[in-house]
Amino acid sequence: MAETAASPTSAKPNAEKNLAARVSPARQLADEFAAGSLAGTVEISEVPFLTMVGLRALAGSAAAERLAGVTGGLPAGSGAVAGHGEVSVLWLGPAEFLVVAPTEAHESLGGDLIPALRDALGGDAGQVVDLSANRTTFELTGPRARAVLEKGCSLDLHPRVFKAGTAFSTEIANIPAILWKTGDESFRIFPRASFAEFLGRWLLDAMREYASPEVP
Amino acid sequence: MLLIPCPNCGPRDETEFHYGGQAHVPYPENPNELTDTEWSRYLFYRENPKGIFAERWVHSTGCRQWFNMLRDTVSYDIKSVYPMGSKRPDRSPDGAPESGTASTGPDSTTTGSAAPSTSSTSFPSTTAPEGATK
Repeated sequence: MAETAASPTSAKPNAEKNLAARVSPARQLADEFAAGSLAGTVEISEVPFLTMVGLRALAGSAAAERLAGVTGGLPAGSGAVAGHGEVSVLWLGPAEFLVVAPTEAHESLGGDLIPALRDALGGDAGQVVDLSANRTTFELTGPRARAVLEKGCSLDLHPRVFKAGTAFSTEIANIPAILWKTGDESFRIFPRASFAEFLGRWLLDAMREYASPEVP
Repeated sequence: MLLIPCPNCGPRDETEFHYGGQAHVPYPENPNELTDTEWSRYLFYRENPKGIFAERWVHSTGCRQWFNMLRDTVSYDIKSVYPMGSKRPDRSPDGAPESGTASTGPDSTTTGSAAPSTSSTSFPSTTAPEGATK
């Protein structure tokens, strides 16, 4: 942090330097992800270093109102996703939320999202915690993405039930993860950093039958 | 595997939950006044009924909230799910006071034959959100 605070004029080069020095939790799988993906069927990639902020505030409290003002709303119940623009808020519990924003929103890269949230909470009961390094993000897309997930997730993922724009904290391949359906055929999966390699390899294995050449 | 109806998230697999033991075991009012026997009874002695059992669960990979559940230990039927801090829904408000150590409760010998007396068999099924149902 001292590095970024050194002088305002050097913020930009420092931000790039900070980012270049980071290694994402599934970096070692990047080549395998590329090799294991088949465009138009199922593709996987890591979206590294998204800014994530853990929020805790009692629904209906003044602090929750102020936080909602920064993020563009707080989700009301299980599965709901709120937010506006590039900032999304996922429901994790009755008073617990996860803000997901692009990499540049992070303080170390000159973003102002986290200070704004911290100011919104003020001295009230609650939490604003930078959790950007807690989880990584996998993006699983394609017509077969649902079939891949169904091998290890017991939620009903049929589009009739699991609509785009909902997110659940659940288990995938027996590990806790957050599953967010961002589009009709695209999912974002947030495993904890220490589970990233396991889940990445598990997903590659699950994808293999779809992303392999068809055997005549 | 049990399919447990979480009051916040709807029905989820048992593996997403952790078990919290018997519900309604009150902390002693004055722990210092208890004898060692009474203290050990509070700490370690729990009911082991054949039939309806009130127990605590936490949805640890979901909403991370605790709740109480009435479960039949014979059939594994989940009879009721109710919030922490509220009374057992299958006991009348005046009878069966929740006092002292659990093992001295008048219903500690509840057996399977007592099951039909359970009045509350309703699930809070309306709380199941879209997308969370099996």
